[in-house]
Amino acid sequence: MSAVLETHNHDHHGPAKGLMRWVFTTNHKDIGTLYLWFSFTMFLVGGCMAMVIRAELFQPGLQIVRPEFFNQMTTMHGLIMVFGAVMPAFVGLANWLVPMMIGAPDMALPRLNNLSFWILPFAFLLLLSTLFMEGGAPNFGWTFYAPLSTTYAPKTVTFFIFGVHIMGASSIMGAINIIATILNLRAPGMTLMKMPLFVWTWLITAYLLIAVMPVLAGVVTMMLMDIHFGTSFFSAAGGGDPVLFQHVFWFFGHPEVYIMILPAFGVVSQIIPTFSRKRLFGYTSMVYATASIAFLSFIVWAHHMFTVGMPLAGELFFMYATMLIAVPTGVKVFNWVTTMFRGSLSFETPMLFAVSFVVLFTIGGFSGLMLAIAPADFQYHDTYFVVAHFHYVLVPGAIFGIMGAVYYWLPKWCGNMYNETLGKVHFWLSFIGMNLAFFPMHFVGLAGMPRRIPDYALQFADFNRISSVGAFMFGATQLLFLYIVINTIRSGKPATAQVWEGTDGLEWTIPSPAPYHTFTTPPEVK
Amino acid sequence: MPLRTMPWFRLVVGAMLLSSSSAWAEWTVNMTPGVTAISREIYSLHMIIFWICVVIGVVVFGVMFWSVFAHRKSKGAKPAQFHESTTVELIWTTIPFVILIAMAIPATKTLVKIYDSKESVIDVKITASQWKWRYDYLNDGFGYFSNLRTAQDEIYNKAPKGDHYLLEVDEPLVLPVNTKVRFLITASDVIHSWWVPALAVKKDAIPGFVNESWTIIDEPGIYRGQCAELCGKDHGFMPIVVIAKEQAEYDAWVASRKTAAAQENELKGKELSKDELMERGGKTYATFCAACHNLEGTGTPPVFPALKGSAIALGDKNAHINLVLNGKAGTAMAAFGAQLSEVDLAAVITYERNAWGNDTGDVIQPAEIAKLKAAQ
Amino acid sequence: MSADSSYQTYYVPEQSKLPIAMAIGLGVTVFGAGSMINDMSAGKADSMTHWIFYAGALIIAATMFTWFSKVIKENHAGMNSDQLNRSYVWGMGWFIFSEVMFFAAFFGALYYVRNFAVPWLGGEGEKGISNMLWPEFQAAWPLVNMPDASGFSTPKELVDPWHIPLLNTILLLSSSVTVHFAHTALKKENRGQLKLWLSATVILGFTFLGFQIFEYAEAYNHLGLTLNSGIYGSTFFMLTGFHGAHVTIGGIMLSIMLLRVFKGHFKPDDHFGFEAASWYWHFVDVVWVGLFLFVYIL
Ligand code: HEA
Ligand code: HEA
Ligand code: HEC
Ligand code: CUA
Ligand SMILES: [Cu+2]
Repeated sequence: MSAVLETHNHDHHGPAKGLMRWVFTTNHKDIGTLYLWFSFTMFLVGGCMAMVIRAELFQPGLQIVRPEFFNQMTTMHGLIMVFGAVMPAFVGLANWLVPMMIGAPDMALPRLNNLSFWILPFAFLLLLSTLFMEGGAPNFGWTFYAPLSTTYAPKTVTFFIFGVHIMGASSIMGAINIIATILNLRAPGMTLMKMPLFVWTWLITAYLLIAVMPVLAGVVTMMLMDIHFGTSFFSAAGGGDPVLFQHVFWFFGHPEVYIMILPAFGVVSQIIPTFSRKRLFGYTSMVYATASIAFLSFIVWAHHMFTVGMPLAGELFFMYATMLIAVPTGVKVFNWVTTMFRGSLSFETPMLFAVSFVVLFTIGGFSGLMLAIAPADFQYHDTYFVVAHFHYVLVPGAIFGIMGAVYYWLPKWCGNMYNETLGKVHFWLSFIGMNLAFFPMHFVGLAGMPRRIPDYALQFADFNRISSVGAFMFGATQLLFLYIVINTIRSGKPATAQVWEGTDGLEWTIPSPAPYHTFTTPPEVK
Repeated sequence: MPLRTMPWFRLVVGAMLLSSSSAWAEWTVNMTPGVTAISREIYSLHMIIFWICVVIGVVVFGVMFWSVFAHRKSKGAKPAQFHESTTVELIWTTIPFVILIAMAIPATKTLVKIYDSKESVIDVKITASQWKWRYDYLNDGFGYFSNLRTAQDEIYNKAPKGDHYLLEVDEPLVLPVNTKVRFLITASDVIHSWWVPALAVKKDAIPGFVNESWTIIDEPGIYRGQCAELCGKDHGFMPIVVIAKEQAEYDAWVASRKTAAAQENELKGKELSKDELMERGGKTYATFCAACHNLEGTGTPPVFPALKGSAIALGDKNAHINLVLNGKAGTAMAAFGAQLSEVDLAAVITYERNAWGNDTGDVIQPAEIAKLKAAQ
Repeated sequence: MSADSSYQTYYVPEQSKLPIAMAIGLGVTVFGAGSMINDMSAGKADSMTHWIFYAGALIIAATMFTWFSKVIKENHAGMNSDQLNRSYVWGMGWFIFSEVMFFAAFFGALYYVRNFAVPWLGGEGEKGISNMLWPEFQAAWPLVNMPDASGFSTPKELVDPWHIPLLNTILLLSSSVTVHFAHTALKKENRGQLKLWLSATVILGFTFLGFQIFEYAEAYNHLGLTLNSGIYGSTFFMLTGFHGAHVTIGGIMLSIMLLRVFKGHFKPDDHFGFEAASWYWHFVDVVWVGLFLFVYIL
């Protein structure tokens, strides 16, 4: 084969020059970088929408936007954060890290990998362009319940549907690639139970993706048919049922929220041992716990639908199944804490993010457990209590996980150390801002404020104002993050190969920055 | 610039100061215990789980912060070597499991009670539509719509906001206390959700299906709630007000409602003057049509067309009546034929054809509507 | 697995223009499809947006052609290690699984409406009270009389499972057998048999499609059974329609494999393209059995 290869690539050791490097690349590191920047851009866009929401909610009354536009902001914020920011960020991390962690030369299907990425800009361009089309952007919530999203939707819903189709295709291809890489490209000696937990969590996440993204594609297809081709999946007049939409959507939707957290579990399981200078406690049980969470995630979907009028048996089943998820998740939390216990701890920025992840995610998990209690959910459902719950698992969960990962591996990626002081400032401002923004939402939610409303009754005013201030603070702080990252890439102090004192794993055995091609011959794994 | 005069600083401090004044006394940070047996049970369920979570949190975070303080490298901590123990894994799988069972038992009991379907005394059919509620008293044969009453000026900050800003309606739902009331909840367009926190009733209103729920209110009073499922533009402006009355007062109210309904019925056969129709039509328009077509008839294009100067409002009378009666399939324009009485329909159409400079001079009588309806 | 196999260098292709072409193709196609469908629904007869859609589809087709040709060339040049072939195997396997889940969504919908929604509307079961909104409606499956028939196309008659569908079942099942024979022949290096059985498979596949089209035409023109026939028509056409689309894709895949066979491609120990197509074909077949059972018979 070498003869052919030679003619194919003259320069096997470094990246091509110019812009086209990024467009044509098949290199997992380049593609990882693309994903990460794309995701950050989407985070800013989705974040700006959140700022519009928080600005409108700063005080009662309608001042900045009209209700129609407010609904578009809520919808687009949810969609962009979920599909544009969090998911691509994790795929970006997987691209960078999985091959390096298992000693593979690259992803299993490099060209497909490039395609998976480049679909996304088109999908989101399409989605964002609806903001400027007649009728306005999707305004029916990120959960797009029919018939608000079908018969009563703006015409742009058609573009939304096709956008979802292609980004789903991107996710499926990405997941297939990750599975093939992990199952097939491990270095000799890298048995499954030796893989770093980040790889494990991603393997399981990839299975979740393959199982549920097609279901999402199915449900938007039904919408398309109902809107344009006369079917009646979601219309009682023809024998269908609007609730059918919800069942199919949440069969996708609930596993989807674990897709957004499992890789973060993986990240935290890498960071905590490093800065505790102690091996991860209970590796095996961590693997089993992750698998159990993934399994359970398929049988709990209707906990989003407790008020939809299900038969009692269904209500009970979904309540019990949902509560069960606390057990494997608890195992994870306890293992992290025990890893720290009697370690030798230091608190560099990645560790700060990881530790606050454990605390704040657990708080979000607790509110999740409260939501799981069906009778209590009758009071919580569709209030800001739910909004508080999912921002606690998503912002200090998924987002802090991603940020911790960036601080942790950035030196490996670009060869430079970030500025520790700035990193800590970024952490603390984010921490304070985020709690200020989302903690009061528990209170207004319990006091009865529904979600997805542009204006509210007077008794909710004070906490909303605090929330908005916190949100602005958290948002503005993310500009600092951007600055830190750019600064590190351009002028940080050179990092060592090992980077951190307590690291363990193949990626730390190669130089920093990681060479363009790693492990063209597989490493030795003890 | 000195710190004090920087705008952001003022904003933050202003926010803090404001927070401590105005409605401070009113705010609540917890779920309401409500005024029904079920709502109180749910409240205590909520508190039990909350405290269990707090305790678990204290223990888990306690251990963690202990490590953070005691096992810091800067304090010279040397890492221990242990990294596995099946025993502890088993323990911390079992204990949470047991705790969960302890939570599930009361939750199940409450849920079973909520699903109890013993005979009710009063049946109220609740029909949601964009963006109002309709209450039909099935046993007494009357019903009415309930709309947001807060003035647009309050919403757009042109007038001071009243005490019950956004939580006030023109026609509240009136119920007797200590009586089992059954709600039959449905919708005519998209999904809504009928929610009154004090009753702990939240049930989705699904178009084409009927959901059941019930309540027994203990104390007379006024209880406010809101639509709890995103239902489009004015989802935030779809409040619910329930007035619970003593039985005698309730009976009197029902009687007066019935007489009013009978009077309404009489109007159907009468010829009404243009002024009468215009006056009534203005009101009907404001409550049913203005949400989309705007009080001035200008609509919110491109989604909701203007009626001022519109071809239909100025054109053929029957086409106009037809559209209002049957709506337009596939758009937000609902069929009002079944929703409004003949009198209201006649009035609102007369109004649309004569208001805002639409000077057709047409007068539509209830009988005309009735005839068209019958023909369909 | 990789732990004990002796190591061969893994082929990492250098830069490629194919993926971006594909992504552009997809972007253009969906933008065109969205515009086209919206214009159609709005009744804009003079709309030209379908050309955008066709352009996108053309880009996709051309890219796919180039892409697969390239992969085949690379394979012939001996660049594929066993390991890379395994990657393809995993890739195809999980792709098929994702397709299974896509169908699961529609089968799930069918299950739900039959067992819950329709009975509830008809006054049976826990939410039977819903019948108060449709007092005339009686639950039945197949659902011919909709709760509110206005605006729907009420079918006069339904497709009889024991005619064309049964025939189609036989056709498709036998095509699964013939493709298996072709595979065996390929492994035994029996090119004549291979060509024979593979041709038979392709013919069976397209005959199936022909009957399916005929059945659709019947349904639309004579039975009044259309997409607009309430939930029965919806589930019927969506399930059989998507299946038909997959048969078409599988048929095209097999036809290409047939062409390649005639060009002398594939070796007994190296014929992943063929295998992938045949797996896909078996998958399509299994889905049909599900359809025949749950859509036509039960
Ligand atoms: C990353 C995303 C993420 C994660 C991880 C979770 C995790 C959980 N979620 Fe959450 N959830 C969302 C994202 C997420 N959720 C989103 C986005 C929505 C709203 C969607 C929408 O409507 O827009 C939502 C909504 C939602 C609802 C519906 C609320 C409603 O609309 O009425 C419910 C109800 O059951 C729920 C439950 C749970 C539970 C039980 C968990 C569990 O996994 C949590 C488990 C964790 C713990 C419990 C903490 C740690 C455990 C221990 C320390 C052990 C000991 C503990 C005990 C024994 C108590 N979630
Ligand atoms: C991963 C997912 C994710 C993330 C990260 C976030 C992040 C944030 N969300 Fe999130 N949110 C959702 C997922 C997420 N959200 C979902 C799924 C919904 C439900 C949608 C629905 O109901 O359909 C929702 C709904 C939702 C609501 C409820 C809206 C409603 O019900 O009407 C609110 C309200 O405050 C809110 C606020 C915020 C804020 C302030 C942030 C902040 O963390 C954002 C911070 C980031 C930035 C601000 C960008 C970076 C900064 C700049 C570009 C600089 C400029 C900044 C300034 C000028 C200050 N979100
Ligand atoms: C939920 C929103 C909504 C409400 C409430 C509503 N309409 Fe409409 N109306 C619409 C929409 C949307 C259209 C445009 C339909 C179309 O696409 O042709 C419309 C169209 C019309 C038209 C035709 C205007 C034209 O020029 O095409 C008339 C007349 C009309 N409505 C009257 C009424 C009356 C009378 C009421 C109240 C009794 C009412 N509408 C309430 C949404 C609404
Ligand atoms: Cu009605 Cu929300
Ligand atoms: Cu969930």
